[in-house]
Amino acid sequence: MQFKFFGIGMLKGLAVTILHIFRRPSTSQYPEQRLNISRRSRGNELIWDREKCTGCATCAKACPQGVIEIVTSTDMADNKYKVETYRVDTGYCIMCGLCVEACPYDALYLGYSFEKAKYRRGEFVQTNDELKESPQRPASGYFHPDIAKKLPKQTLLIEKATEKRK
Amino acid sequence: MNAVSYAAQAVPADWPGGYWWHWLFYTVVIIVFVLVMVMGAIYIERRGMGRMQLRYGPNRTGPFGLLQPVADALKVLLKENIVPNVADKIVHWLAPVIAFTPVLLIFAVIPFQNGALLTDLNIGILFIVAVSSISTVGVFMAGWGSGNKYSLLGAMRNVAAVVSYEIPMVLAIIGVVIFTGSLSTGAIVDAQDIPFILVQPLGFLIFFIAASAEINRSPFDLMEADSELTAGFHTEYSGMKFAMFYLVEYAEAIAMSAIITTIFLSGWRGPWLPPWLWFIIKTIIVFFVMVWTRATLPRVRIDQLMALAWKFLFPAAVINLFVSAIEVLVWPDISQWIFVGVNIAVAVIAIGVGTKMFKPGWGKVAV
Repeated sequence: MQFKFFGIGMLKGLAVTILHIFRRPSTSQYPEQRLNISRRSRGNELIWDREKCTGCATCAKACPQGVIEIVTSTDMADNKYKVETYRVDTGYCIMCGLCVEACPYDALYLGYSFEKAKYRRGEFVQTNDELKESPQRPASGYFHPDIAKKLPKQTLLIEKATEKRK
Repeated sequence: MNAVSYAAQAVPADWPGGYWWHWLFYTVVIIVFVLVMVMGAIYIERRGMGRMQLRYGPNRTGPFGLLQPVADALKVLLKENIVPNVADKIVHWLAPVIAFTPVLLIFAVIPFQNGALLTDLNIGILFIVAVSSISTVGVFMAGWGSGNKYSLLGAMRNVAAVVSYEIPMVLAIIGVVIFTGSLSTGAIVDAQDIPFILVQPLGFLIFFIAASAEINRSPFDLMEADSELTAGFHTEYSGMKFAMFYLVEYAEAIAMSAIITTIFLSGWRGPWLPPWLWFIIKTIIVFFVMVWTRATLPRVRIDQLMALAWKFLFPAAVINLFVSAIEVLVWPDISQWIFVGVNIAVAVIAIGVGTKMFKPGWGKVAV
């Protein structure tokens, strides 16, 4: 005969919840405490390298939203394309990263930062030098493992919850 | 101290102005007590449940988030009052008041310390049982008056729960009343040289579950099951009227904690600390257990709710009543400590057997 009592599971559950009171909350209080996001995160910016870009417009062809606008002129002296305008409407960008993957010269990166909300829709349209990499606009390691290696490791909430209290 | 002295203490002889001052003083005390305890209860619930779920809970408003209930109250008072077009306007307006009044009435017979209560009715427990279920009328009026199917469904679930759980709840109280020989709350506290939670463990369990179900605390919060019924009976309420229902929810929980404290945890009695402090501490502990169960147990289905009441709690309450009656009738004079052991054994057996009864075919049939 098996003794299976109604309520044993309930008591176990109650024990679990009461023990959770003494554990460290896994919450991070966002504006003050920040977690490291994934090193390969596709943040909501596009970073463009003018030096590497050849103006081939592969990115514009790969873009499913059609938000990359590239205007080139021919430099007859160097026998090269010269990029006149490189304009991205990041408001329509879906951060799919297809342009970054498509670029044959590694001239495109997705951004690593994530707090890029704007007050006006027009501010999302970024042109030429606004798209350059800078300390305010770090590049993400997405599709670029060499950059990913330099970025800090992602913090996991489980590490925070099981961390010893100081 | 015998039961006669309680009748005398209901109105202190040296009280200035006689009855009306007594009435005014305790009315103010009860309203202040309920409002302050509700604020405390909201804080305890949100913080305690937060910590049980590995969160912080509200911690921004004031030190340790202590002012969060105040902020909530201010916010909800400034909100617009929206009444649906199809609502039954009078019923919709009246429902929060009818739901709230009985909760205050319950505290009329709860002794805060020896003799310190609005009125020591000789039928105090009967009064509590009668008055506490009036809230359901208010809830049903809210469900009906809103003109919303979710509200009505939630209110009907509440009525079903209260009708079913009233029976085991009252039977559990009768076990205590048999031991006390009085329905007066003052006399019940006076009789508890051993807290009745030990003498009546099964009764306590049944009363706690039934009380949780009756005030619709989780895991029995079917009437406001947010995943099914948006917010149940108070879907269509906003502003001050919603605040009233929010208040009722916690005031009822505090009222039930106070009743459990009075009936099962020897009320204001305790060593060292002043009696009123003991009463508040015990009330908060009981409320914390309610929060604890809420954080632990998932919500039950309506058929499970009914099955628990009729297949488990009702037979167990009858067994408890029967055993208590025999004990009091056959051995009226022996120490209650013997009954403690016997009744704990009865409780364990009743729960064990009830477990088997709870499922079809004693648990051998797969459902």
